[in-house]
Amino acid sequence: MKIELRFFASLREVLACSQETMIVPESLKTIADLRSFLRQRGSAWAEALAEGKPIRCALNHQMVDFQTNLEEGAEVAFFPPVTGG
Amino acid sequence: MSVRIQEADFDVSAEIAALRKGDAQVGAVVTFLGTVRDMNEGSAVKEMALEHYPGMTEKSLEEIASQAKERWNIRSSLIIHRVGSLHPEDQIVLVAVTSSHRGEAFAACEFIMDYLKIAAPFWKKEETSEGGRWVDARVTDDAAMARWVKK
Repeated sequence: MKIELRFFASLREVLACSQETMIVPESLKTIADLRSFLRQRGSAWAEALAEGKPIRCALNHQMVDFQTNLEEGAEVAFFPPVTGG
Repeated sequence: MSVRIQEADFDVSAEIAALRKGDAQVGAVVTFLGTVRDMNEGSAVKEMALEHYPGMTEKSLEEIASQAKERWNIRSSLIIHRVGSLHPEDQIVLVAVTSSHRGEAFAACEFIMDYLKIAAPFWKKEETSEGGRWVDARVTDDAAMARWVKK
C-alpha cells in the first residue's frame, strides 16, 4: 500500500523528515499500525512515535484518531498538538 | 467567509472596511487580533517561526468558519493567519466577524479563535536567549474549546 507521509514541527526536526512516499505492508490497517511500524526504523523513530507521546495525526488533511483506517494513496501526517493563534 | 494564510502583515482597518463593504445589514463588527509577546514561560523571545500544514490549514479554517456560520446568525467572517518569521509586537492572527447585532458576532469570534487554537495546524517555535524551542500546547486551550461543545 502506498502512503504519503508528512511530519511537522518538532517531529519533523527529530526525525529529519518532512515528507516521504512509502510502500507499507498491506497488513497495516490503521494509523496506529503505521505508527508502530514506523517505530521500527530506529531509535529516533521509536522515541518520537512512542506510545503515550502526545502526537496528533491527520488523514488526507482531516484531523482523525489513530484508530482510523489507512487507504491506498492516503496522505498521513503526524505532528505535535497545534499551537497557532 | 474568507480565509488567508500569508507571510505579509495586514492592515486591520482595511480588512474590516473590505469585510463589511456593501452590506448594510451589518450593525456589529467584532475583531480579535493576536500579537507576539516578548516573554513566554519566563524567557525573552527574540523571534518566532510559524510553521503550518499547507492544504490542511486552509481546509481546517474554512471548516471552523463554516461551523460558526451555522451556529450563529452572522453576516460574514474573515480569518487571516501569518506564517514564517515574526518578532515581538508583530500581528499574528486576525479574526473578524460581522453581524446585525453584537451578541452573535462576539460569540462567533470567540468560538472561531478557541477552535483555531486546538484544531488548525500551526506550530510556533520561539528563539529565546536559551536557544530555539517549540511552544507547548496549553491545557487551557482545550478547556476554552470545551465550553462550546453542545450539550
